[in-house]
Amino acid sequence: MIRIKDLTKNYGSVRAVDNINFEINEGEILGFLGPNGAGKTTTLRMITCFLSPTSGNIEVENMNINNKQLEIKKLIGYLPEHNPLYIDMTVYDYLKFISDIREIPNFSTRIKQVIAQCGLGGVVQKTINILSKGYKQRVGIAQAILHDPKILILDEPTSGLDPNQIVEIRELIKELGKEKTLIISSHILQEVQAVCSRIIIINEGKIVADGSTEELQSAFQNKTKLVLELMAPENEIPEISEKLNEINILSISPLSETTFCVEVEFDVAKDVRAEVFDFIKTKDWKILEMHRQNISLEAVFRSLTIEGGEK
Amino acid sequence: MNLALTITKKEMKSYFNSPAAYIVLVIFLLLSGWFFASPLFINNQANLRTLFSIIPLLYLFFIPAITMGLLSREKNTGTMELLATLPLKDTQIVMGKFWASVSLIGVGLLLTSVHFFTIILLGTNVDIGAIFCGYIGLLFLGAVYSSIGIFASSITSNQIVSLIISFFIIFFFFVIKFFLFFVPDFLVGTFQFLSIDYHFSNIIRGVIDTRNIIYFVSLIVLFLKLAQSSLENRNWK
Repeated sequence: MIRIKDLTKNYGSVRAVDNINFEINEGEILGFLGPNGAGKTTTLRMITCFLSPTSGNIEVENMNINNKQLEIKKLIGYLPEHNPLYIDMTVYDYLKFISDIREIPNFSTRIKQVIAQCGLGGVVQKTINILSKGYKQRVGIAQAILHDPKILILDEPTSGLDPNQIVEIRELIKELGKEKTLIISSHILQEVQAVCSRIIIINEGKIVADGSTEELQSAFQNKTKLVLELMAPENEIPEISEKLNEINILSISPLSETTFCVEVEFDVAKDVRAEVFDFIKTKDWKILEMHRQNISLEAVFRSLTIEGGEK
Repeated sequence: MNLALTITKKEMKSYFNSPAAYIVLVIFLLLSGWFFASPLFINNQANLRTLFSIIPLLYLFFIPAITMGLLSREKNTGTMELLATLPLKDTQIVMGKFWASVSLIGVGLLLTSVHFFTIILLGTNVDIGAIFCGYIGLLFLGAVYSSIGIFASSITSNQIVSLIISFFIIFFFFVIKFFLFFVPDFLVGTFQFLSIDYHFSNIIRGVIDTRNIIYFVSLIVLFLKLAQSSLENRNWK
């Protein structure tokens, strides 16, 4: 659906996007991840025809951005970074303006749908100026989906919102992702992990990782961590790794005089939880808690982007 | 061009939703009214010559003020990114803004017609044709200044910078006629042709010559084209 080939963008002598290639298929929810200044916004701005590439090519539905800009813009709904709005308009006037420009037929039914979908019912006649940031963000999203675009591009849709607002916006995004091809840029991992089916990590203008959430995690981890809360005599706890040789103890920290939090790790291919349980049963200790912890995307992200920075 | 008018509508709403348009119109009317009325009975002539000679001077201050924000504010608040990613051509954005400015000037001129009715009531043998030509001339003049203002607004995201640039470009065209003495003889014709006042004074005499119209239209096209290409050239940002 979107094909990006050898895309490069220079700002003067600064190379913001460096020869990136990827494709996005219909229905995908793509998380575009990277530290600030990695080139996310620049890439999105080129896809939305706001900036032109220094070199390389973008095709949206087989239309080239060099000669089919208007057609491409019609297919895309775009929420720019920092969500620019005409703050002296009312929500209704603003959406009316956008729909006039997008020449949306039967505007009055469409606007009702969008207002309901974005939860803007109570503020339609209010001036955008006085809305909270969460509502402003909803107005921005309403603007982007008004013409029911096939492709929706949201540039940092939750930045600057409070935790409740983030959850609300994320729910809305999930809802939208069911029917659209979606690109979300973010520097927040949990966000991408929560909504996206595929993740591209970009650093210093280059793609450093591309794959599904699970693929990325498994590609960068070969150990799984197990966290145990045990009632056991402290001096005997190291026996776990002595008896079960696939296991390494990472740390033992006392929670009270009799309970300890023990972190162990084992190879990702083998599941040793049953053996750990059996071992503890033979010792007559008590398990208060046992859970597996995947190495988070955060670790993947940090290792990729910090290594990249040192190059 | 339909979409350009949508932008015009938006700009007109934004003019009239804020005090800006009202302040501009009221002060414009007060000043033009005062300059028109005070010498009226001394001259004892039933025409609008004084009005037509003072309005270009008022334009010099008012038009940079009403055009300064048209594009620079969009750039400053980031809404330019919104406009540029909507299915709009840059021409449509520029034309929409241009018509908004011209319309506001049109409203101002329409309101000065109160002076026209005054002299119709007071005077005899009013030359309606000349007055009609004068208004056409003023509208063209306003359109030229608007295109200059929009060009200035397109090259910066700072409204004050935009105001100053458009003021000086307009001022340049305004004062060329005073420099005719200092210009070598063979260039006088060219300079005179560049002077906006030369063309405008032809029109208010009641003679609408195609040469004058071509002059006005080509200035408008020139500055709107410049504004458009400066919008297209947003990549350095």
